[in-house]
Amino acid sequence: MKYTEEHEWLLEDGDLVVVGITEHAAEQLGDVVFVELPEVGAEVTKDDEIVVIESVKAASDILAPLDGEIVEVNEALADNPGLVNEDAEGEAWFFKIKPSDLGPMDDYMDESAYKKFIA
Amino acid sequence: MTDLLRTPLHALHVELGGKMVGFAGYDMPVQFPAGIMVEHAHTREKAGLFDVSHMGQALLTGASMADIAAAFETLVPMDVAGLAEGRQRYGLFLNPEGGILDDLMFANRGDHLYVVVNAACKTADIARMKAALEPGVVVTTVTDRALLALQGPQAEHVLSGLNAAVLDMGFMDVATLSLDGVDCWVSRSGYTGEDGFEISVPERHAEPLARLLLNHEDVMPIGLGARDSLRLEAGLCLYGHDIDETTLPAEAGLGWAIQKARRAGGARAGGFPGAREVLAQLADGPARRRVGLRPEGRAPMREGVELFAEPEGGAPVGTITSGGFGPTVGGPVAMGYVPAGLSGEGTRLYGELRGKRLPVTVTALPFVAARFKR
Repeated sequence: MKYTEEHEWLLEDGDLVVVGITEHAAEQLGDVVFVELPEVGAEVTKDDEIVVIESVKAASDILAPLDGEIVEVNEALADNPGLVNEDAEGEAWFFKIKPSDLGPMDDYMDESAYKKFIA
Repeated sequence: MTDLLRTPLHALHVELGGKMVGFAGYDMPVQFPAGIMVEHAHTREKAGLFDVSHMGQALLTGASMADIAAAFETLVPMDVAGLAEGRQRYGLFLNPEGGILDDLMFANRGDHLYVVVNAACKTADIARMKAALEPGVVVTTVTDRALLALQGPQAEHVLSGLNAAVLDMGFMDVATLSLDGVDCWVSRSGYTGEDGFEISVPERHAEPLARLLLNHEDVMPIGLGARDSLRLEAGLCLYGHDIDETTLPAEAGLGWAIQKARRAGGARAGGFPGAREVLAQLADGPARRRVGLRPEGRAPMREGVELFAEPEGGAPVGTITSGGFGPTVGGPVAMGYVPAGLSGEGTRLYGELRGKRLPVTVTALPFVAARFKR
């Protein structure tokens, strides 16, 4: 698992990368009440704002961590946004992206670096 | 953050795991570990305990209640003289143009008026009252008392366990009651749309009283986050958002707060700041109105979202002044100002969110029916 400074987790799964937000981020956000997911098939560029997350407190977004194509989104989140608070680093993944280049994954933090980052 | 003020319950909030944030100069809990959704639902179903000690409390004293009332009526458009002993009323401070400077509660406590004002406005409010009322009426800021709110359908049951006299209080009644051996100034009122009480307690007794209330199985500590979602569902204004110096009472939907005695033709008509503008708007009807809005779908529309009459093109017709997710409603709710012609219930408007116009429907306020004890 890799981590971004925007508190996303990235899990390599074959030639895909699964993306979600960390438990730390979910806790900071508070109760999530709305999630807007990208379109399947969308071509995205790193740092595009592609997911909107609204908690009872505020709106925030998820940036595309890599260039690539969105190949799957977690529709369960649209009906049950609270899943983000229940299982941020498991069931509540947001989307799967097929990166045009996996190289930038090396630039992201590993778990111990992320733990230091949020400490 | 070291310059943030602390209420007498600060240590208790931290002990209870409150997530502390700066609010109106105070370090306050925005939520406790249960989270805003649970805190909100608990208040609607049982009872929630809120620390509102950041709000301003003041006493107005003078030669007689008639003198105090007459003086206070020069500052607010409410019928103060007609307020019976042991009763409380909602009030407004206005500027010379009729714009709202703050909203407040005032109570006739026999030989004095007890006034509660918003935290962010309290310094200005106290200065305004002193300038306008002294020396005939003396304005004393209450700095040695905390203010708690116990809200929810079980509030009466919980508080009557400490003093059965609360059973005799109706909505907007006030009384001095002994709670846990301490004289408290209790009012049956609140900011959630639920039955409940606000309790002014000497600061050194605040934490023991809060612990005693929290010991009851029906009572949970509630932070500012749920306080906001509860008042939004109840259709209650938040000063600085839904009302401010640019809004007059009638357009804000607060005309009910101006009693007959102070209106045109009343026994003591006018005589308050902005009277001409305020009474004219009450008589003629405002050009815009504060309304409830229900966005379709799940996306919350928050303060600042612009409203349009059409799905495409045209200039904005209004703006959302508060909005968010309504846990009891189970969807997004908002309030905002729209032209009077578009303020009818069921009118379809569009809120622009992230470049997209999404439908919203003008809806009667409150979103969740009030359950006050009349």
